[in-house]
Amino acid sequence: MKRASSLYLTNETGIPWKNRAPLLTAIDMELTERCNNRCVHCGINQPEKDAAARERELGTAAWQELLRQAADLGALTVRFTGGEPLLREDFTELYLHARRLGLRVLLFTNARLITPELADLFARIPPLEEIEITSYGMTAASYESVSQQKGSFSEFRSGVDLLLARKIPVIIKGTLLPATRHEMNDFIAWTGTMPSFVMFLELRSRRDSEEKNERIRQLRLPPGEGVRILSTQPDIYRRDMYRICRECEIKPTDRIFTCNQGNKLCIDAYGKIQYCLALRHPDTVLDSRAHTLKAYLTDYLPALRSRRSENAEFLQRCARCYLRSFCDQCPAKSWMEHGVLDQPVEYVCEIAHEQARYLGLLEKEEQAWTITDWPERLKQLADRLQ
Amino acid sequence: MSPTLDTVYRHSEDVISRFVEGELLIIPLVAGIGDMENDIFSMDETGKEIWTRLNGEKSAAVIIQELEEVFHAAPDVIRADVLGLLDELARRRLIIAVEKPV
Ligand code: SF4
Ligand code: SF4
Repeated sequence: MKRASSLYLTNETGIPWKNRAPLLTAIDMELTERCNNRCVHCGINQPEKDAAARERELGTAAWQELLRQAADLGALTVRFTGGEPLLREDFTELYLHARRLGLRVLLFTNARLITPELADLFARIPPLEEIEITSYGMTAASYESVSQQKGSFSEFRSGVDLLLARKIPVIIKGTLLPATRHEMNDFIAWTGTMPSFVMFLELRSRRDSEEKNERIRQLRLPPGEGVRILSTQPDIYRRDMYRICRECEIKPTDRIFTCNQGNKLCIDAYGKIQYCLALRHPDTVLDSRAHTLKAYLTDYLPALRSRRSENAEFLQRCARCYLRSFCDQCPAKSWMEHGVLDQPVEYVCEIAHEQARYLGLLEKEEQAWTITDWPERLKQLADRLQ
Repeated sequence: MSPTLDTVYRHSEDVISRFVEGELLIIPLVAGIGDMENDIFSMDETGKEIWTRLNGEKSAAVIIQELEEVFHAAPDVIRADVLGLLDELARRRLIIAVEKPV
């Protein structure tokens, strides 16, 4: 008999699954699309007081049942997101339900609705994941020019302070918008580390408003500027890129789903089971009121993942493009921009090209999908970066 | 207090235990469990056999006896291992000694 006291501490990725990884490792639950902010760039928000949206949202019992299914399938983490998930009156109930099922909770919030009571609850029954808070500005003026809600900045800061005072681990993310770009250094000084920034904005994932989409396009960071920011710390950036280049195995493929989504799923506010948060194409969703999560994973997902493109442009470009390993082109991006699963997204494509040019993988006018000597180019890059 | 052969333990209500694909995971529910907060505990095969027997009814002696049948190892090795693990689990507040009825 081995020594019994081999109790050890671990984390999700460190669990040595002897047999096989569970069918589901994590689930995203978009508890509501409503939000108490009205951010100019937001790809999802519905008005806080939208009674029709609230009416359509899943009820407490339905969410609890989905949490139970997720735990039974082996999930270790649930992400509660939105909209603003704290707008749900039953948030505490759902949180406790998830924790009692042995799930870790990853909360995405704008922090405005964090109360002393809620912060106390997180201190007593910790989420076991850092709470992720997005900041929309360092001053009331900049924040509220984004959130379009008077008083939202002070509520946000007070929410963050309530958590920090209780030493609850948080991650603060920033958003690079015209109104906040000049605040990057203040932001870094405030958070004390190099925080993550939402840099390249996505369009509305419901494809519900061309007017809002047009506004988002106007707010987008030009790819060149984005790459300049990404490479502010050139060593880290180059090292990351080197790792990606070293690990990437590039084979031409007409498969549409090449992303590494793993054994994860998402449920939207109204109970639709989705492949991921932003992918709402009707061909990829099932209603959780008629299908179990297990049925989605075992009966539906394999066929979805094996779907092949018949779109000539995709086949000519992405299917044979050697930048695929670090390009963000994916079915969700294609859905948001074009309403289909496999149309190259020009903004995403330009960002990848800009990065490739920075790394010396492409000349100015070259198009990545026409390059045939890419193995040598990648090797030269690896040599340069070593 | 170190466990004795008579001590009876149960799982603490401050942790949740789950079997996921054959792995036993012990997940803290409240803060301050274990030495390192916010981590999931896992146990090897022996640990699993012991954990599942900590039902608030079986004494350490009974568990040792049952494990002798499962593992066919020398009794003093099994005894040292069981008491060692119980001690560690109790120290980390993952299990609680059940008061004996007077
Ligand atoms: S860089 Fe352009 S062509 Fe290449 S994968 Fe991305 S979107 Fe497709
Ligand atoms: S479709 Fe896009 S957003 Fe969804 S998981 Fe894949 S890469 Fe991520």
